Amino acid sequence: MTTQTQQTPPEASEAKEDEQQPKEQKWRGVFEDDPDREVSRATSIRLKEDSRKLLGELLRPYQKLIWLLVVIVIVENGARLAVPYLVHLGIDNGIPPILAGKGSQELITIVIAVLASALLQAWARQLFLMRSGRLGQTILLGLRRRVFDHFQRLSPAFHDKFTSGRVISRLTSDVQVIDEMLANGFDGLVTALLTLVGTAIILLTLDVKLGLIALLSFPALMVLTAWFRKRSGAVYRQTREAVVLVIVHFVESMTGIRAVQAFRREPRNEEIFHGVNDRYRKANLEAFRLNAIFMPSIKGVGNITIVAILAYGGYQAYHGHVTVGVLTAFLLYLRQFFEPLQDISQFYNTFLSASAALEKLSGVLNETPDVPEPIKPAKPGPAHGHLELRNVRFEYVDGVPVLPGLQLDVPAGQTLALVGTTGAGKTTIAKLVARFYDPTSGHLLLDGVDLRDLAEDDLRERVVMVTQENFLFTGSVADNIRFGKPDATMEEVVEAAKVIGAHDFIMALPNGYETAVEKRGSRLSAGQRQLVAFARAFLANPAVLILDEATSSLDIPSERLIQRALKTILADRTAIVIAHRLSTVETADRVLVLEHGRIIEDGPPDHLITMDDGHYAGLHQAWEDSLA
Amino acid sequence: MGSAPVQMPSEHTVQAPSIAAPTTRAPERSRNLWRLRPYLKPHRWRLAVMFSTAMLGVGVSLAVPLVTRAIIDGPVTRRELSMLVPLALLALGLSISEVILVWMRRWAQSRTVSDLEATLRHDLYVRLQSLPMEFHTRWQSGQLLSRVTTDLSTIRRFMGFGLLFLVMNILQLAVVTVLLLQLYWPLGLVVLVAAVPIVMVSLKFEKKYLRISRKVQDQQGDLATRIEESALGFRVIKSFGRRPHVQGQFDDEATRLYDTEVEKVRLASRFWSFLGVIPNLTLVIVLLLGALAVGREAITLGTLVAFITLMLSLVWPVTSLGAILAMAQESMTAADRISEILDTHSVIKDGSEELTNPRGHLRFEHVGFRFSDDSTEVLHDINLDLTPGTTLALVGATGSGKTTLTALVPRLYDVTAGRITIDGHDIRDLSLVSLRTAVASAFDDPTLFSMSVRENLTLGRPDASEADVQQALEVAQAQFANDLPWGLETRVGEQGMSLSGGQRQRLALARAVLAKPAVLVLDDTLSALDVHTEALVEEALRNVLSETTGIVVAHRASTVMLADQVALLQNGTVTHVGTHHELLTTVPAYRHLLAAEEEEVHA
Repeated sequence: MTTQTQQTPPEASEAKEDEQQPKEQKWRGVFEDDPDREVSRATSIRLKEDSRKLLGELLRPYQKLIWLLVVIVIVENGARLAVPYLVHLGIDNGIPPILAGKGSQELITIVIAVLASALLQAWARQLFLMRSGRLGQTILLGLRRRVFDHFQRLSPAFHDKFTSGRVISRLTSDVQVIDEMLANGFDGLVTALLTLVGTAIILLTLDVKLGLIALLSFPALMVLTAWFRKRSGAVYRQTREAVVLVIVHFVESMTGIRAVQAFRREPRNEEIFHGVNDRYRKANLEAFRLNAIFMPSIKGVGNITIVAILAYGGYQAYHGHVTVGVLTAFLLYLRQFFEPLQDISQFYNTFLSASAALEKLSGVLNETPDVPEPIKPAKPGPAHGHLELRNVRFEYVDGVPVLPGLQLDVPAGQTLALVGTTGAGKTTIAKLVARFYDPTSGHLLLDGVDLRDLAEDDLRERVVMVTQENFLFTGSVADNIRFGKPDATMEEVVEAAKVIGAHDFIMALPNGYETAVEKRGSRLSAGQRQLVAFARAFLANPAVLILDEATSSLDIPSERLIQRALKTILADRTAIVIAHRLSTVETADRVLVLEHGRIIEDGPPDHLITMDDGHYAGLHQAWEDSLA
Repeated sequence: MGSAPVQMPSEHTVQAPSIAAPTTRAPERSRNLWRLRPYLKPHRWRLAVMFSTAMLGVGVSLAVPLVTRAIIDGPVTRRELSMLVPLALLALGLSISEVILVWMRRWAQSRTVSDLEATLRHDLYVRLQSLPMEFHTRWQSGQLLSRVTTDLSTIRRFMGFGLLFLVMNILQLAVVTVLLLQLYWPLGLVVLVAAVPIVMVSLKFEKKYLRISRKVQDQQGDLATRIEESALGFRVIKSFGRRPHVQGQFDDEATRLYDTEVEKVRLASRFWSFLGVIPNLTLVIVLLLGALAVGREAITLGTLVAFITLMLSLVWPVTSLGAILAMAQESMTAADRISEILDTHSVIKDGSEELTNPRGHLRFEHVGFRFSDDSTEVLHDINLDLTPGTTLALVGATGSGKTTLTALVPRLYDVTAGRITIDGHDIRDLSLVSLRTAVASAFDDPTLFSMSVRENLTLGRPDASEADVQQALEVAQAQFANDLPWGLETRVGEQGMSLSGGQRQRLALARAVLAKPAVLVLDDTLSALDVHTEALVEEALRNVLSETTGIVVAHRASTVMLADQVALLQNGTVTHVGTHHELLTTVPAYRHLLAAEEEEVHA
């Protein structure tokens, strides 16, 4: 019975999973594609195997240390369990010689043995706590690094689907749960198991009859723990689901606080929060109540056993079949026996959470990047920036091509503007060139090398994409520019900012380049953030620069500055520019007008303007009109 | 620049808002934990049950060893077999009542602690929602989240279990010591002396542990921030190929946390083993002296057995004392961190006046603004008068303060000089509900929540009809929302369907329009739209704006054309107001801002 704390699934609760799905509140809306939820039985078994494998991988490097820890913990428990036995010897063998006037030699020997085991236990305990604690932290550090690294290697397509919220919770709360198990659960479990087995053996050795009576409690304990495991699994799941809703609602309220306050959302938010918070409270309450039943029940079994031993043992002692020392030892052992069992209920939740977290983490680690690193990367020559798209087909959804088959040759150094309505495939082209995705079929070549054969470092050195989503990281403005080239000197940073035209506004900030950009750059305006993003890209100095709506938040003088800068920046490199503003488009060498993933017009902008009934000519006319 | 801001005589004392940044403050010991006691008040009956059953339980559990003594001394030693059954029944009765008492205690406890945690979380949430933008720009949401989750469970654990056990254990220690002294005072004295080093070491440990657990919590927060950024900035990291760089930063941060955690482990392992060894050493002495006393027939064998059983029953209370003290420390730090929020009060105070049927007459009178931690004025001496129904375009260079100016109207920030009025009321005298009903905004970075599209749209007007919603969608050219898989019931946001920037902007615009406000603030809401869609939206907006007072932040001539008047913002103040054509012909700076193309043509 003693292995129940392994991560065996609470079988029965599996079938109930469906009916336990909470009815989504109406305000939440409908959305099915939730990767966390739809877990079939088969997947869940696979996940369990995977998480076991992951656990094995995490522990393997420390095998020797773990064996050492096992030895230490056995020594510690041995020393601990020896104490009541020694007390029994003290009473039965130490006292009679004194009563008989034969001196206390025997007693003193026994007392020294107790002293020795007490000291041994303390030493072993300290060693174990220290070593296992450090081991736990080492494993945790390795796990954190590994998961973080893996997330960074996965494709943007994966991140789009997985969402940042989940990435964050994998790396924070899930890792935290495993931390908790390593810190408390492991020690507790090992101690409980060793106590159980050790005590049973000692009791039987001390006195078979009394030992068997004590062991009569086992079936009751087994029934109780089995019941607890089953219920606890279900309750645990409810708690997790509830807490996720609390966290999501909380984080969204706080990140979107501007909209919340501007639209007086507070009362409605409070109502919603009250709902999810209360659901979480109820789930918690149920979990606590489960413990409130389980723990006294175990204690009850223990108490009854102790009374039975006391009564029967007393009777036996009366007849002289059992000594008072043995009886005392029995009472002491039984106390030690039941106490850790009560704690198991606390570890059990820790284990459940940890194994669920481990499943989720191994699920992430099993994701293979759908934009994989080449196994044998090509050795590219010097970067020129000649781009070729050969028969490129791309589908986000199977059978619905966004690009049905694109042929395109962009000579090195050309600035190519993409024009077309939303959904024409402009951004898809940009993402394919930046290798955020791989094409469904066909090839993209950079200087004659398929992008899929380029090592990531080589690719990113050559191709950089700037979007309007210009994220700023915690740190100074200079740090954020330097993100384009981490080893850049301050002079280079300033130079880049000057070329882009960001120098003046940066100097006007309280600490110039060293001004900290608060919380995702909230102190800077959207336009300023974009200028910083541009300076960052300029500093990176790639052969191919992709600008996807990168100038959309700029005011006209800034855009003009950028445009002037672009003439210099783009002069000696290939560029793909997507912009709604025709002023940006006009500076291109060549314009592609796209519709449903096909090229419908292709040529230099001043040539396209002159085309009668041309799409671009029409757009240009509309734009001219809007300026008047 | 340089011109001194005019201080308007006003009934409002202009206070510099003080908002605590997430700093590491000196821990104030238990004070912050103590102040949470009102949260226990509704549960005083349950608390009474908890404590009384706990005490009775201690008493009962102590009686059992005494019955044991009676059995050994009576039936066994003095051979009085008849006493065995009554004594055994007594022990059984005591044992069962102990179980019932534990059950009662835990049952009452469950409700108390789960309520406590939920109520505290709710209150924190409400407080956080009411705190102004200045606060939120300074705190990462990850930092706040760890306060309402981890810190709250820590406090819950302590208030529910830790505190009770602390009291119970101390009580048990005291009662048992008295009992032991009565059983045989020399041995009792030994046990008493053994308590001295435990108390001393515990006190010392407490101090060190507090410091280090605070450090761990802070570093966990830092690491969480890194993680958050790596997830949100993933595309930037990817496009620059900065994975190694970011990984390196993460590694450093994680290693720092590792070092602190190991330090914490070292401290705790020493302390806990120390707490474990003391009772055992005491046992050594008790066994030696006790056996000798039995030998001298100073005490009976039963007394010695009872003594040892009782003394060993102290092992758990003593060893767990360490864990409980650690728990107490952690919850004190957690309470400190929570107090940082509870101690921050919104500097944006609710007014009492209500706007009935607002006409939307918006005036800025000598308005100035600066951030509380920054002495330079972002805006100064702004005077504008928007009669009901007029639309004003705000034009200014990047960073000239346009967005800040628009945020002042719904009081996301408060003016630090002068005043803003709507229909003659200082907006600070209006209730926030009233003000923010009258004013609706659409921002340049639109936030959608993980809820249905409909819930997102009706944010500003929950009672909007289907027709209103459809009309708003049409104005914003956001009819695509009807074609989503579940139509307007489709969940969007972080946990739902992901939408493009342009789609989100249009929904945000529809949201603002749907609110039918008296004052509509549009902060560069059209930047992610293509030319074609933008033209359609502008056409539709023209109708909406003809009926309300509008402030439109504009970067383009086409957007400016939506407005009746244009205000040019330079160096934090309005330098010119006029029509587009007036400004275009008379103000070179304005031409510079909006007539870029012209210059390009002539160049």
